[in-house]
Amino acid sequence: MLKSQGRDLISNRARMARLIYLAPGLTYIAIFMIIPLGILIFYTFFTRGTYGGVDFIFTLENYRRALDWLYLSVLLESILIAATTTILAFLIGFPVAYAITKLPSNWQNIMLVLIVLPFWSNFLIRTYAWIVLLNTQGFLNQGLINLGVLDQPLSLLYNPGAIVLGLLYAYIPLMILPIYSALVRIDPSLTESAINLGATTTQAFRQITLPLALPGVLVGSIFVFVPSIGNFIVPELLGGGKTVMVGNLIRDQFLKARDWPFGSVLALSMVFMLLMLFILQARVNRRVGSNG
Amino acid sequence: MRNSSKGMLAIIASAALFVLTGCGGSGSSSAKLDADADLASQKLTVSIWAAYSPEDLPSKFEEKFGTKVTITNHATNEEVMAKLTAGGDSGIDVAFVSGQFAQALAQQGLIENLDKSFIPNSANLVPEVANLTYDLGNKYSMPYAWGTTGICYRADLMKGNEPTSWNDLLMPKPQFKGKVTMLATERWLMLPAQKALGFSANTQDESEMNQVKDLLIKAKANLLAYDDTTFYERLVSGEAVMVEAWDGWCNYGIAKNKNIKFMVPKEGSDLWADTMVVLKSSKNKEAAHAFINYILDKDVHSWVVDNILYKVPNSAAMEKSLPALAADFPNMTISPSELLKGEGLVDLGKAAPLYTRIATEVTAK
Amino acid sequence: MVKNPFWLKFSLIFILIFLYLPIAVVIFMSFNASDAPFTWSGFSTKWYVELINSPDIILGFKNTVIVALITTILATTLGTLLAVGITRFQRSTTIEAIALMPAIFPDLALAIGLLILFNLLYLPLGLHSVIISHALFCAAFVTAIVRARLLQVDPALEQAAEDLGDSAVGRFFRITLPTLKPAIIAGALLSFTLSIDEFVIAFFTNGPTSPTLPIVIYSMVRFGVSPEVNALASVVLVVSATIVILAQRNVKVKDQI
Repeated sequence: MLKSQGRDLISNRARMARLIYLAPGLTYIAIFMIIPLGILIFYTFFTRGTYGGVDFIFTLENYRRALDWLYLSVLLESILIAATTTILAFLIGFPVAYAITKLPSNWQNIMLVLIVLPFWSNFLIRTYAWIVLLNTQGFLNQGLINLGVLDQPLSLLYNPGAIVLGLLYAYIPLMILPIYSALVRIDPSLTESAINLGATTTQAFRQITLPLALPGVLVGSIFVFVPSIGNFIVPELLGGGKTVMVGNLIRDQFLKARDWPFGSVLALSMVFMLLMLFILQARVNRRVGSNG
Repeated sequence: MRNSSKGMLAIIASAALFVLTGCGGSGSSSAKLDADADLASQKLTVSIWAAYSPEDLPSKFEEKFGTKVTITNHATNEEVMAKLTAGGDSGIDVAFVSGQFAQALAQQGLIENLDKSFIPNSANLVPEVANLTYDLGNKYSMPYAWGTTGICYRADLMKGNEPTSWNDLLMPKPQFKGKVTMLATERWLMLPAQKALGFSANTQDESEMNQVKDLLIKAKANLLAYDDTTFYERLVSGEAVMVEAWDGWCNYGIAKNKNIKFMVPKEGSDLWADTMVVLKSSKNKEAAHAFINYILDKDVHSWVVDNILYKVPNSAAMEKSLPALAADFPNMTISPSELLKGEGLVDLGKAAPLYTRIATEVTAK
Repeated sequence: MVKNPFWLKFSLIFILIFLYLPIAVVIFMSFNASDAPFTWSGFSTKWYVELINSPDIILGFKNTVIVALITTILATTLGTLLAVGITRFQRSTTIEAIALMPAIFPDLALAIGLLILFNLLYLPLGLHSVIISHALFCAAFVTAIVRARLLQVDPALEQAAEDLGDSAVGRFFRITLPTLKPAIIAGALLSFTLSIDEFVIAFFTNGPTSPTLPIVIYSMVRFGVSPEVNALASVVLVVSATIVILAQRNVKVKDQI
């Protein structure tokens, strides 16, 4: 990998620089992620102990079980929910990020912090707040009933829609920050000259701003999609435990069934799928990067 | 370069794993306790559910014995089990876990057999505790609180339609649809269906469990939610009229709304017990035993009852607390022999993945 | 100046309402007279009093802030260096994937993997093991954000400086870092935010005697959220908002100088 890319062309100083930049981070990751990853991969080949723990009896049964339609359907539903969340996050987040870049510069920082500030209180509390707002005896329903708009309370919670709402609420800053970061660097004179040359604002936006913002959009999408798909608290609280997502599945295997080998297989499959997604995103980024 | 160094790491890690995990024996053993140990020089870390013990318990124990006690909380059995079974020293000396989990810990060789000579107050416990199936003879666990599971409901909202059977919860009348919750933890998720169909709560029979699954899937359509924690609040607010609940939990709801009542359905229910265990990795075993002994003292245990509104298998303690509580909280008067009619939950051993799979199938539909 | 269309202002107003509606509920319920999490029973400030008398919550809050601050410093440093490294110095997608994998890994599996690792290393658990674990995935987020920015920056600027004889260190501090400043700040902010509220990994990698706030709150959830916790959340919000407003005044002055 590192060696094959024209080694002779890279000077010694560059090699030193590369080492200084890459070594701290990669060593840290090697110790604290690669090894645990290795441990989990190791576990996938063995059997669950009768009362929990791992018996060192080699088996491929865990992999066979993972192909069961039950787990695949949970994966599919999770992808659907996470994808919906991501798309909504983009549709809301992009305009917001763009709007922030148009603000005077000191207001930009204030706005960014305002967006992030709710997340310095506790996730559980905020999620419960949605329950307080939306349950049948909650503020929204009781308010609408008192105003005469409704006779019966609306059942807004304990369904996949509520899960999307909760996930969107939890992760939308992770979409806004990277898009902002990408947009703010775009030279405004680019769009101005395009408009001077006869392009409409929309055309300038579509052909200049959007492509240059793409790396930020892709990063933001991954940042929303990945934790959405693995979250197990929102499906439990806002979904009423009636929808199972991959995160719940993994949690159940590790904690309830105490089946660490099988739980590891499920976790690793999820990592693998997300890695593929990520590599796809990286390829797209590189192409944009070389054109930009 | 990077690939081969990763490979090296993997090999070293595997070797280490073999050595470390392979060494754990099965079955528990007893340590030799030192009767003259200086308790004031020991420290205890106790893992228990939040608000499941009197707030001043650590300081009162320290006043009496000089041992500093730190309480750490877990929200579920499963979480603390994961910490205790990950190998190494979790830093926890005494853990409060439900009986079937104590059994699993003992099977994995993680907890001590208790030295009863250091727990003389265990004589306060009712004789029936020796028959608790997850630990016959209480070799490695001491029961802290016990009870049964049933239906907790708003009597005022269900006038004339009070529940009598688990089927009233699983297949509620039309006016109650969407206002029912069930417990999410798998053993208790299965319980109503198991009892409604006449099966054992510990069954490992796959065909029986498949019938349980079908019934639970049908029941899901009528549910408001699966809820392990806030179900009594839903009764108080009226969002739900009927919930599956542990008896002690229901008392918290009753304390807030006198219209709430608890009943055990006619098909019968379970007997659960929350127990105290001592970890083998503990370096403060004498203090741990003293702590357990302290709790089983009749005044302390009675203080616990007053605080957490659960039943305890300590006859002297119950005698002391019941008079004040019996009128408001009728389920406190359920006697030990009544409780023992319930089926004790034991660890499922090899059938645990089956239950998890069925729970997944039910909740994923 | 480009005119600001109506929908831009609207989107800002919308996001603020969306984000702060539950916050308003949290603050509102912190004044609830009873501890029912779902129903309002009258006004009271008693939970704020309880808060001051609640050593667990205060301890949890203190621990959380310590962890978040150190994690942010560690993660921002590691992540920025790594971002520059993978963008400027190599082309391998694999290395990039490895650098970003901690952000993709399911937190529960990572938590248990780390717990097993710490046990194998006989590392006693405590705040330090939480910091190590948090820095791991926060760094990946910083890497991603800084990298996204770097991809737009023209390397020619740094090339020119190198050709003119500037040292690698000098280049880094004089050219690279200033260009990256907004991204680094965004990354640090994100890192702090992620760490301060992270429960799963903290729960498994922490020692039992030094809980972080999410751990304290999660275990109290048995009864639904107590208004004490709402009170704490409200206090944190007001204090953070105040700090930020004060900091902003400083920045405004600096910009004008």
